[in-house]
Amino acid sequence: MKDKQTCLQTAVDKKAKKVNNPFVELIDRFYVLFDNKKVRYSVLAAALAVLLYLPMRTSMYFMEVMTNVWFHVVVCLGLNIIVGFAGLLSLGYAAFFAVGAYTTGILILHYGVSFWLTLPVSVLMAIIAGLAIGGPTLKLRSDYLAIVTLGFGEITRLAARNLDITGRATGLVGIERPTLFGMAMVKINHFYYAFLVLAVLAIFISYRLQDSRLGRAWKCIREDEDAAEAMGINVVAARLLAFIIGSVFGALAGSFMAIKMTAISPESFLFTQSVMILLAVVLGGMGKIPGVVLGALAVVVFPEVFRGIGKYRMLIFGAVLLVLMIYRPQGLWPERHT
Amino acid sequence: MILEVKDLTLRFGGLTAVNKVSFGIEEGSIESLIGPNGAGKTSLFNCLTGFYRAQEGDILFEGKSIMRLKPHKITTLGMARTFQNLRLFKNLTVMENVMSGMHCRTSAGVAGAILRPPSQKAEEKRIRDVAMECMDFVGILDKKDRLAKNLPYGDQRRVEWARALATQPKLLLLDEPAAGLNYDEKMQLIELIRRIRDERKITVFLIEHDMGLVMKVSEKIFVLDYGVKIAEGTAQEVQNNPRVIEAYLGKEEENAV
Amino acid sequence: MSLQEIVIQQLFNGLLLGSFYGLVALGYSMVYGIIKLLNFAHADIYMVGGFCSLTILTFFGNTFIGNRWLGIVISMLITMIIVGLLGVIIERVAYKPLRNAPRLSLLITALGVSMILYNSVMVITSGEYRAYKTGLGYEGFSIGSVFVTHTQAILIVAAVALMFVLHLFITRTMYGKAMRAISMDLDCCRLMGVNVNKIIALTFFVGSMLAASAGMMAGVYYGSLHFFMGFVIGIKAFTSAVIGGIGVIPGAMLGGLLLGLLESFGTQIPFIGSEWKDVFSFSILILILIFKPTGLLGKKESERM
Repeated sequence: MKDKQTCLQTAVDKKAKKVNNPFVELIDRFYVLFDNKKVRYSVLAAALAVLLYLPMRTSMYFMEVMTNVWFHVVVCLGLNIIVGFAGLLSLGYAAFFAVGAYTTGILILHYGVSFWLTLPVSVLMAIIAGLAIGGPTLKLRSDYLAIVTLGFGEITRLAARNLDITGRATGLVGIERPTLFGMAMVKINHFYYAFLVLAVLAIFISYRLQDSRLGRAWKCIREDEDAAEAMGINVVAARLLAFIIGSVFGALAGSFMAIKMTAISPESFLFTQSVMILLAVVLGGMGKIPGVVLGALAVVVFPEVFRGIGKYRMLIFGAVLLVLMIYRPQGLWPERHT
Repeated sequence: MILEVKDLTLRFGGLTAVNKVSFGIEEGSIESLIGPNGAGKTSLFNCLTGFYRAQEGDILFEGKSIMRLKPHKITTLGMARTFQNLRLFKNLTVMENVMSGMHCRTSAGVAGAILRPPSQKAEEKRIRDVAMECMDFVGILDKKDRLAKNLPYGDQRRVEWARALATQPKLLLLDEPAAGLNYDEKMQLIELIRRIRDERKITVFLIEHDMGLVMKVSEKIFVLDYGVKIAEGTAQEVQNNPRVIEAYLGKEEENAV
Repeated sequence: MSLQEIVIQQLFNGLLLGSFYGLVALGYSMVYGIIKLLNFAHADIYMVGGFCSLTILTFFGNTFIGNRWLGIVISMLITMIIVGLLGVIIERVAYKPLRNAPRLSLLITALGVSMILYNSVMVITSGEYRAYKTGLGYEGFSIGSVFVTHTQAILIVAAVALMFVLHLFITRTMYGKAMRAISMDLDCCRLMGVNVNKIIALTFFVGSMLAASAGMMAGVYYGSLHFFMGFVIGIKAFTSAVIGGIGVIPGAMLGGLLLGLLESFGTQIPFIGSEWKDVFSFSILILILIFKPTGLLGKKESERM
């Protein structure tokens, strides 16, 4: 079936082959170069140096935007483990960082627990949430899974809206910010560094997972579920693991978001938020870590750059998205060049 | 007996695909399953490997029932398979394809992946070594970094065999391994099947349509027709069995001229 | 109210809600069946249909046609054609170039189209509610002490009639047969000489037409429109399609009516109430997917290995 399809496709759509412009080619060459470990490490080291130095130089606004970029890098890499690595389509990812944010918020606000102690609880809740959502649904076809995760995402948000402990529609307000080594985390620079550390960790862990036995198992499952099962890979367990790790990434990001914002409400976890993250992952290049980082950067920076045009900006964003997907359906930084 | 099948019955709705089939496979042998199209051979294979769940009967692998086990468990116990229509991981390299076979023989988890302790590094090396050895065994080592989908058909078949061998099985099930191969490749396949048994001590059980190949390579043959086992024996015995001839050529008319 | 009255009241509410769901679900189901795309833009097509018909109807209001039934029927027909064409254009521009691309890219494109549609309408309407004024009165009839307006009754009948026409189209015409064939094997249809592109375009046309009609009916019924109105109904309609068995046309209708009824009766169950209404329907969706993923009328797909 698949063979016939590819065969026909190449025959029928030969004309669809587009002309490459030199700019795109140059970028592609850089991508290939970047796959070399030495090149990658030197580029990353240089980038990190600049990023560490940035706070001394730039405006508050810029720092806010960059902090938001790091936040998105973490959640996008988390979703990438689910969608990019394991090939499971999820449309309710916001639910996972809602779990983290509300766990931290409730523990700090209602029980006076220190922020740093809420993190392990947040991870635990994420694991439970991942199991609860993933457990019964991972056998479903990918589109159905998408809808189920969407449903779970909405249920989570609606539950937060209707329960007293989550503060109903107003949400949680006045979440106390923590101290680190005796220094209160109050300035934007503190959060910039905190989220930068999270982002670097997320990138590091993503690479490690990708090049591991587990990462290879995910790739196999994505390619052909039955064959993977025949090779002795426990498909259900591997998928569940992807779901749980992805959800932990999201929950930790959510916990940090809760103390950065000091207030969270159900409106922070809308379906559109889940869509934005998915969009960043696919736009950047599913499964390709630098691609996903690029995608996260794009979805945060783009609306900021076009802030000037006000209400038209999401309209233009949609149009740009459309054009990009049509001309580069594999994403900005695709996984493999053939 | 490495594998014993007892009164296995598989139904799809009203259709009985496999009907009370019983047979046993001798350890260290090469045995084949033949039968006309639609006889239920692949369905039977799918039952053995856990992809289909048979309704009745029992399957014993090394004396233990594997009837209710999932495919990955069965592979881990030591029974590997290939597929009739190639089921490679098309967008992965040959190396990655073959490495996947070692999944069930290794154990590194999330912590191992992230922290990379020495044990994990040793394991990764072992995976690579076994994969290299398996690719070498089937003769595709020189193509290890190519994407599976870009290989010619014959080589794709080899990747599948290497991948199955990498699971380090005791029993290897080959579902129509010669389909789509040319004469030379078939000759190499016969040799390979023998080497798998002689050098690696793996029992081989295959489904095949190419009678020449089956007769040459198998020590014992089972014949399936309409889900029922109609004969078993050596190549000679099966060839002269009237029921087998009937199944393949149709019944001779009475008083035919 | 007595129990009987509650039942009749909720039956009507449920049927009405269900026919909206059903009409939108049909579009999802047809498109999914034929190109395996979760067409996220479909919900926005429904919304655009509502606004488009409002514009036309307002225009008619000042002419001899008026904004009573005659005006409504004519503007509905015009809306269906315009929005149907919009659907075809969207398919041509946004989906066709990606027919061989990864499925997820196509999904993202659909999200992009959805963004463009609802943001355009948001810009045009400044994000405000628009009143849907018609010249219809509130006359009606009573069943027991439950009062049903003529408008409500006619809307239900119209929705069911549209579904019935679609059913005939799918089962009795060559085009319908081609659609069903493509949903089974697109490449094979191409080899058999079916003009696949034309049939896919037609599918989008019909699906969008039905969604547009539902958008208009919702406008007439609720009396107001909003650019975000597609979102919730989109999810619900998709749920309906899945409940019935996605890709199965009668399934979408059945699923829509069933979900509508479940929701309206669900709000009567103690502890659920209207604020948990959506949680209730999502839970049903999840339960159905877990226990009967092929939906009520769907057939099990078995794959040969």
